[in-house]
Amino acid sequence: MVPETILSLAAIILILPILGFIFNIFFGKRIGRASSYIATAIVGIDLLLSFFVAYSKLVTFESIKIIQTRITWFNLSATNHVQVGIGIDNLAALMLIVVTMISFLVHLFSTEYMRDDIRYSRYFSYLGLFTFSMLGIVIANNFLFMYIFWELVGISSYLLIGFWYEKKSASDAGKKAFIVNRIGDLGFFIGILILFWTYGSFMFDDVFSGIASSHLPFNSSAWLTAAGIFIFCGAIGKSAQFPLHIWLPDAMEGPTPVSALIHAATMVAAGVYLVARVFPMFSANALTFIAYIGAITAFMAATIAITQTDFKKVLAYSTVSQLGYMIMALGACSYTNGFFHLVTHAWFKAALFLASGSVIHAMHHAMNHMNDHHSDPQDIRNMGGLRKTMPLTYITFLFVTMAICGVPFTSGFLSKDGILAGTLAFGQLTGHWFIPIAGFAAAGMTAFYMFRLMIVAFHGENKTEIASHTKENKFVIVFPLILLSVMSLWFFYSYNPINATTGWFAKAMPAPMTAVPAAYQFDFLMPENKAENPYLKNLALDEKSSQATSSATLTQASIDPMSAAITSLAIGTTNPKINQSDKKHENASEEKSGGEKFENKYEEAEHHAHIPAMILSLIIAGCGILFSFMMYQFKIISADNMEKRFKFLHTFSYRKWYFDEIYNATIVGGTAGFAKLLGLFDNKIIDGLVNLSALVTRGFSYFVGHFDNIIVDGLVNLVANITTLFGAMVRKVQTGRVQTYIVFVIIGLMLLIYFFI
Amino acid sequence: MTIGLTHYLVLSAILFSLGMFGMITRKNAIMVLMGLELVLNSANINFIAFSKFGGMNLEGHVAAIFVIILAACEAAVALAIILNIYHNFHHINIDEVDKLKE
Repeated sequence: MVPETILSLAAIILILPILGFIFNIFFGKRIGRASSYIATAIVGIDLLLSFFVAYSKLVTFESIKIIQTRITWFNLSATNHVQVGIGIDNLAALMLIVVTMISFLVHLFSTEYMRDDIRYSRYFSYLGLFTFSMLGIVIANNFLFMYIFWELVGISSYLLIGFWYEKKSASDAGKKAFIVNRIGDLGFFIGILILFWTYGSFMFDDVFSGIASSHLPFNSSAWLTAAGIFIFCGAIGKSAQFPLHIWLPDAMEGPTPVSALIHAATMVAAGVYLVARVFPMFSANALTFIAYIGAITAFMAATIAITQTDFKKVLAYSTVSQLGYMIMALGACSYTNGFFHLVTHAWFKAALFLASGSVIHAMHHAMNHMNDHHSDPQDIRNMGGLRKTMPLTYITFLFVTMAICGVPFTSGFLSKDGILAGTLAFGQLTGHWFIPIAGFAAAGMTAFYMFRLMIVAFHGENKTEIASHTKENKFVIVFPLILLSVMSLWFFYSYNPINATTGWFAKAMPAPMTAVPAAYQFDFLMPENKAENPYLKNLALDEKSSQATSSATLTQASIDPMSAAITSLAIGTTNPKINQSDKKHENASEEKSGGEKFENKYEEAEHHAHIPAMILSLIIAGCGILFSFMMYQFKIISADNMEKRFKFLHTFSYRKWYFDEIYNATIVGGTAGFAKLLGLFDNKIIDGLVNLSALVTRGFSYFVGHFDNIIVDGLVNLVANITTLFGAMVRKVQTGRVQTYIVFVIIGLMLLIYFFI
Repeated sequence: MTIGLTHYLVLSAILFSLGMFGMITRKNAIMVLMGLELVLNSANINFIAFSKFGGMNLEGHVAAIFVIILAACEAAVALAIILNIYHNFHHINIDEVDKLKE
């Protein structure tokens, strides 16, 4: 098997869901429930292919850093070719599994959850569209494809959030999500423009090579940082970071499986994935900015989640907080742990949302049973005691709650621990102590509110009759929960339950070397051993291979790029850029566990910070869990009294830090006011001008008409009157009397005689 | 004094103008016809005078007989017309028969 096969498989994985989408859009209504089986089967095939691709990449082609290809899509001029392509490295291979697995489980879950919906087949076609777009983001190795699929994911999210569009709140939420996303995408686009302008290419490798050879945008490092921050804006929008986090809680209006797929595991992770992908291009200042945004988000969302009473809103803010964790980890240069948390979070957050779906589904059925259509099935104050009525859901929920809180022997513990160690190292090395403080505070709050959710919803007695009528759901609903909670155990990623750095995951996902020249980057990120910069090596390889491929690709410029890529791979005319240069590089660095050598000072600091971070996080998480038990299970501390004592803080947290109100007053209000002003201008002034010209024309035509009437008609009448006058005069000859005629005869006769005789 | 041609011609001229005067100025249609007869007879006198004195043999006399016959026919027709006029207008004042004026 050759590496190119992997790319062909990746292309197949990408294309299948969009075929499902097209099929279901046109024929779905006719075939009814079969549309869901087709969609689930397609994603199931994708899942198997992803496993195969990942296995090939991680095991068979372990030595090749990235298997990718590039072709020329179109030419801007004779010498300026725009190239695009797809690529699979370890990051993409693992992300493929995450996306297809969660998508498959959500499809399965939805076949039961959306059973009675009137737009059943359209739902599955939208899911297929989303899966296609997300897979496109995963395998893209250039900014152009990434941006295209980025937008596609945004539109899929809009369609799915507003799926029940008869409800005004749902359609509003869809609009909000799309618009807020677009704001982030504006920054992303500006960043892409800066990079394209400077480096003339959209491909990641070209950009990294350009940066590594000290060719900075507009010859200033400030612009390099700015480009990094602009690109990060896309992640701010898509991954719901502060200040663009407002759309994610509203997105809970969509069906719960959609929340699980899009807003927990995959789409919001696209921002984190982007940051991980272009990690080498961030300078020190950009990384600090990213870390701060992530830390602020993590802290803020955790404070809001403490007081929420809607089941899904708690999970939504938890998602925002965990995304903040991931971004914070990447900003603090803890690349491996950031991505690790993305993967583990995908499993347990999807499980949490699907469990909430199971609970809400059961509450709905109970409400229908009792003919109650007014209570809110999502309010946790209506639940309670579900442990007895829905045991399987409860057990899985318990598992994943432990995972998210960072209880040992779960995968969540490993990833969270790693992140906190990374932030400690970062704080130690740079003096930005806010990052680890915010991280630990958020960890404590996470433990508190997650256990609060579980205790209030599942433990104790049934708070209402609805809760007592709930019962466990069918297998297709419970199976994904069980599977995902099992995958939240520790041994999938490392045999060591408390330290993941020896596991296969950490070995497969080493942090990529930064491409930013040493002058603008943290010194602790610079490699210890001065191995040759792989990005500069790529530059040399690039020039040779681009010369070879340019002649072959010019002929294919007009063909559909994907098919061209596949056919060229099959025929073997283009030269895929297999990056073999890093083989040497990896041998130069030792493993972190056994040996003494680390890649750079940062990893050394991280290693040393590991034990303190673990102990601290255990203490804090334990306190959080203990506190929540004392407040809600044993009721030693009264929650109502706490609420009264900290009334201001409680309201501030409950009202989501008043973000929506502030945005409404300033941005939304400002835009609406400006639109009103322009509308007024249009109505009064522009229309006034048009009316004025109409008035002038009318006056002018009035005068012309009069002129026409009086003068021209007068002339005609004059002529007629003259004729009448003459006629009247001449008519007098005709008297009608014979005697007059005799006189004329005599006169005529006399004249004749006179003239002729 | 011998009566020569000139006397006859003057006589017919006087008769002619008297007849013309009658034709033009009389209201009654029968009066117009009487004037018309006078004019014709004056033409007759002219013919016969020229036949006697002018050197024409008997052609003047023949012409006079033609004129008398034609006058008679014409008078018949004219009377028929006057009857019709009376039938339509209920009077025979010719100066009021001007319907063709317009």
